[in-house]
Amino acid sequence: MKDDIILRVVAKLTMPFMLVFALYVQFHGDFGPGGGFQAGVIGAAAIVFYALIFGLRAGQRLVPEAVVEAMLAAGVLVYAGVGFAGLALGGAYLDYFVLDHDPVHGQHRGIFWVEAGVALTVSGVMLKLFYMFAGRGSAE
Amino acid sequence: MTVLAAHYSHWVAIFLISAGMYILIARGNLLKKLIGLGILQTSVYLLYIAPGKLIGGTAPIVAEGFTLYSNPLPHVLILTAIVVGVATLALGLALVVRIREAYGTIEEDEILERD
Amino acid sequence: MEALIIHVLLTAMVVVIVALALTRNLFSVVVLSGIYSFLMATVLVALDAVDVAMTEAAVGAGVSTVLLLGALQLVASREAKPLHRPFLPLVVAIAVGGVLAYGSLGLPAFSDPQAPIHTHVAPRYLNDGPRETGVPNVVTAVLASYRGYDTLGETVVVFTAGAGVIALLRRRRKRPEEKQRKTDKEEKKA
Repeated sequence: MKDDIILRVVAKLTMPFMLVFALYVQFHGDFGPGGGFQAGVIGAAAIVFYALIFGLRAGQRLVPEAVVEAMLAAGVLVYAGVGFAGLALGGAYLDYFVLDHDPVHGQHRGIFWVEAGVALTVSGVMLKLFYMFAGRGSAE
Repeated sequence: MTVLAAHYSHWVAIFLISAGMYILIARGNLLKKLIGLGILQTSVYLLYIAPGKLIGGTAPIVAEGFTLYSNPLPHVLILTAIVVGVATLALGLALVVRIREAYGTIEEDEILERD
Repeated sequence: MEALIIHVLLTAMVVVIVALALTRNLFSVVVLSGIYSFLMATVLVALDAVDVAMTEAAVGAGVSTVLLLGALQLVASREAKPLHRPFLPLVVAIAVGGVLAYGSLGLPAFSDPQAPIHTHVAPRYLNDGPRETGVPNVVTAVLASYRGYDTLGETVVVFTAGAGVIALLRRRRKRPEEKQRKTDKEEKKA
């Protein structure tokens, strides 16, 4: 597909918008529809789009397998880490009120890091699934 | 007529549930079974979210100028359910790919014959 | 007017599902399931479930269709004609649907403000949520703060699915066996 000039140009034009939209949905999940899951899937879809047009090898050069597997696990660790931070600062597990000087700011901080962890894991898993299914056929 | 208007969304969701169940049970092709499972899950989401809607309300994002909001609690449950559904689909598809490599077919009758 | 739009979209979904059940070409089935997911996302927007609609459109119509197409190109078959008429599954499906429809008559009517779902816990979240958490989107507040444990469990489920697919579809162990089989075949020919 990378020989077709229309697909190549359109992919290069739209991919940055997709990535920025993923970040927008992630950070504006507090004020509009959105949040971690949607942002993770949209980010993974941008990379899948690139890999569909330019080939799986190019996609794997852009986001290597090791990075994707690290993202998978790091998201869960970030989420659990927020819980332990709540324990360490004197509250219960996953207690957001103690994370900052003010309970409402503590909630903001807790929700921010929790959504970041969710977005990391979901985008890592979706991308890894695509790599596994697309990579299996070409090796046979 | 009022009974139809009051329960149409429930009945459509129930029809979709039985259609998904029929595809899951009756068809022998493993890939179509997985798609039937997906349809069953999606129509359960519909059955869950439809009662939360209030005509004249708006999305449950608190803002100035809106007083009536639709119920946010089913949305939370179904968000989790959608992601779990795609996880199930991914694992099922991986199993189908391995079955195809082991038996050479994905029709249920032929797999049972060869086993 | 809103109710009419919702009911028309629901009828379109019924038509798509009947077409999906009767088609035997697997590629058409995958495309029809993508159409079904998009219609579902539209109905969810009409039902004011905007977060769920975005997730369903991204996950159901996006990732699900890509994964199904990826698996389809590895499997590459056409559904075979069934050997015997599926009489018993049809009876079972209709019986289950009938019992559920009979039970649904006891549910509150569509969009009834006095239904228990709207008077028990939801007003507390809608009134106190933005004040306690500082987040206007009540769905995100409930998901990330009030019901944070469930979201942790869900993240672990997604991680487990990814780990499971990696374990099932890894290729590293196959290569020594393939080399062994290839050398065995060459020895047999010689």
